[in-house]
Amino acid sequence: MRFRLEARERPSRSLVYGTPVLAVALTMACGSVLFAALGHNPLAVLHAFFIQPIDSLYGLAELTVKATPLVLCAVGLALGFRANIWNIGAEGQLTLGAIAGGGLALWAGDDAGPWLLWAMMAAGLLGGGLWAAIPAYLKTRFNANEILTSLMLTYVAILLLSYLVHGPWKDPDGYSFPQTRMFADGGMLPVLLSGTRLHLGAPIALLAALAGWFVMSRMFIGFQIKVVGLTPAAAGFAGFSVRRLTWITLLAGGAMAGLAGLFEVAGPIGQLLPSISPGYGFTAIIVAFLGRLHPLGILIAGLFIALSYLGGETVQITLGLPLAVSGVFQGMLLFFLLAADVLVRYRPRWTTTTTAGAAVAGEAD
Amino acid sequence: MMVMDETPEHGAGKGVPRLELSGISKRFPGCLANDGVDLTLWPGEIHALLGENGAGKSTLVKIIYGVLKADAGGLRWQGQPTTINSPFQARQLGIGMVFQHFSLFDSLTVAENVALGLDRAGSMAELRPRVREVGQRYGLELEPDRVVHDLSVGERQRVEIVRCLMQDPRLLIMDEPTSVLTPQEAERLFETLRRLAGEGCSILYISHKLEEIRALCDAATVMRGGRVVAACDPRRESAHGLARLMIGEDFATASRDGGVELGEARLVVGGLSAPAAVPHGMPIDDISFQVAAGEILGIAGVAGNGQNTLLSALSGERSTAPASAIRINGHDAAGLGPRERRRLGLAFVPEERLGHGSVPEMSLADNALLTGYEREGLLKTGQILFGRTRDFAQRIVQSFQVVGGGVAADAGSLSGGNLQKFIIGRELLQNPGLLVVAHPTWGVDAGAAAAIHQALLDLARQGAAILLVSQDLDELLQIADRIAVLSNGHLSQCFATAEVEVERIGLLMGGLGHAVQPDESRAV
Repeated sequence: MRFRLEARERPSRSLVYGTPVLAVALTMACGSVLFAALGHNPLAVLHAFFIQPIDSLYGLAELTVKATPLVLCAVGLALGFRANIWNIGAEGQLTLGAIAGGGLALWAGDDAGPWLLWAMMAAGLLGGGLWAAIPAYLKTRFNANEILTSLMLTYVAILLLSYLVHGPWKDPDGYSFPQTRMFADGGMLPVLLSGTRLHLGAPIALLAALAGWFVMSRMFIGFQIKVVGLTPAAAGFAGFSVRRLTWITLLAGGAMAGLAGLFEVAGPIGQLLPSISPGYGFTAIIVAFLGRLHPLGILIAGLFIALSYLGGETVQITLGLPLAVSGVFQGMLLFFLLAADVLVRYRPRWTTTTTAGAAVAGEAD
Repeated sequence: MMVMDETPEHGAGKGVPRLELSGISKRFPGCLANDGVDLTLWPGEIHALLGENGAGKSTLVKIIYGVLKADAGGLRWQGQPTTINSPFQARQLGIGMVFQHFSLFDSLTVAENVALGLDRAGSMAELRPRVREVGQRYGLELEPDRVVHDLSVGERQRVEIVRCLMQDPRLLIMDEPTSVLTPQEAERLFETLRRLAGEGCSILYISHKLEEIRALCDAATVMRGGRVVAACDPRRESAHGLARLMIGEDFATASRDGGVELGEARLVVGGLSAPAAVPHGMPIDDISFQVAAGEILGIAGVAGNGQNTLLSALSGERSTAPASAIRINGHDAAGLGPRERRRLGLAFVPEERLGHGSVPEMSLADNALLTGYEREGLLKTGQILFGRTRDFAQRIVQSFQVVGGGVAADAGSLSGGNLQKFIIGRELLQNPGLLVVAHPTWGVDAGAAAAIHQALLDLARQGAAILLVSQDLDELLQIADRIAVLSNGHLSQCFATAEVEVERIGLLMGGLGHAVQPDESRAV
């Protein structure tokens, strides 16, 4: 008996949606083994990780707060991924969006009108978009690999933010802490549910996912994105401009990441700090793939990954486990997802060599 | 020339067969490529393996040559049950194979390439005279020190054959050897093969060109859908009879009816030069021609002589043409992309069905949208009109009898012939004023090919201009009104099909058109 993978005639449609579930199950199983090895009751840890964080209204609101930037970034990234444009720099675009929008709030001061919040959102979109425009230009002009350029620009963006909050934008009354002044009320997102931190960004992220779905499944531009990703030569033949689509997907992805960054600083944080994101822009890559690059799948995946952030905090507080558990869970999840995706195109088979009775049929492979 | 007549009758007192296959089966995911195939090859026999693309010929010879392993069945070599596990072992037994796509190193000499193909090459000093000697004996003259880069396609094929002959094969497998040759080169190859057979070497000759099989082979095994459907003496069958065996049904061949009223020039190409579209491709140089409404202009030529460069310049996928070098319907199209050219009335059928003319993973409806979006009005304010798109795809499927799953089926799930019918139908139903079509019947079954030819003729009769680029000279002679030859990036003058001699076209394809007169060519 031998185990081998056999190519399927065509990719299995049910497994495309089945493998994320399989990956979640495997992650939980391996997590349990890990916790048992660390001397904890796995069921208690899983309960603390996955159930406890969301057993209250406040917990559910927190889940949404965490999912908002993930979903926004992932919906934008998925547009590009569908076209084989690999923007890895959403974290940097998010940071630039926060700088642009946050800078506007600091500049406007305390007595700005109700226009301020909308102007900040526009600035966030613009900041993220402009940061993504750099890889887009380098890609279309010099054919520079966008994976490298967008990733490198992330570190530039984080250092730029660090410079601003340590230097020119530092709060003069902040006892030399590296942080800006708090934004005025007019520069803060309204809280939708009193007693929680649920803010206006959440419904906007939901709208963004719906808009992403509409673009990808109903609009011709979405069709062009899919064709470019699947078969670039056919796109050229049909007259779709790869150059134009590169620009569009990178700008859209950057703008949405920038908006996510603005929502973070104008929502839960309320000021600019050296670190405004626990890696939402990078985690959004996992969210995008876990959601099968489908905007509505991304909604579900975004909530699940948000739970892994909350769960990590909960097990740290209640069980004294390290916060790194979140990262371990996210890492295992992506690992199992990528591994399980083999099954979409291949089926596992146990073969016996007894059928090869005749002379020609080979024993060796 | 007469060697052929001395070949033995099947098994008539000649002892054991050279190769005997019984019940060979091979399954790939989703298809049974060989299904209980039996085949017997006698010494000195030129045996045709005949069948359409996808009939299982290539799978079978790959099993014989040890590239693939059969799932079931037995093989006897000179009477002995044998297992062939690798091409190395096949060569040890005395089996040589010349593949359709050559495996030569461009930057090495002929002798070096031969040495690389031998399992025991010996020194170069010994090898060089042997290459020359083997070449002379079989009419495959080769200069051992020439670099392969400088050789013509026919000469490269000779290198491949000589490389096989150096090992004194008892069985030589030739996979569609004439698909890259001019008619004159093909005739020379046949003489070589006859001489080899006369010395007792068995030859398994794979082709779907019926006339050449009738002229060359002593026996034929016809495959269809992975099975052997007939074994016959091709010399006693008509070409039409062989074709019927091959496709399993009768079909009507399309033909020109002549007397077309020509309209205004729809495509005018003047002084078009372009660098190669791909690395190691062929640039085109100063090409001029025009195609008028109502006619089919055929561009003949062996593949790799600039066809791809010309096609991508015409489609607009690479718009590097100098101003006014390409005019479509009277408009300067040189600087325009594919979309703008389509607006001017150009429709285009590329050579590659999957991955260029269609997206394999998308449905036929989506693939209808791929080029029909503008001329068929399938969009409204940036949104796709799904109902209209499905209707358009449905019309294509119905008008061109596209079999396989309907408009929701993935393009990649269709057979080659059906997908080609769909792609051609998609372009034709958009009522183009000008159609550029490349190799429309390549790898397509004879029934579908006839339907495609008829559709092209009908389109021309309705007043469209058609540029047909094809390697298949028979196809061009059958439906083109005029023929020009592309060779080495240059285009010859255009000839009226009714008056041109095939020899002349053949010489032009070989790049000799200006130097040699047609009369001399017959002496080759």
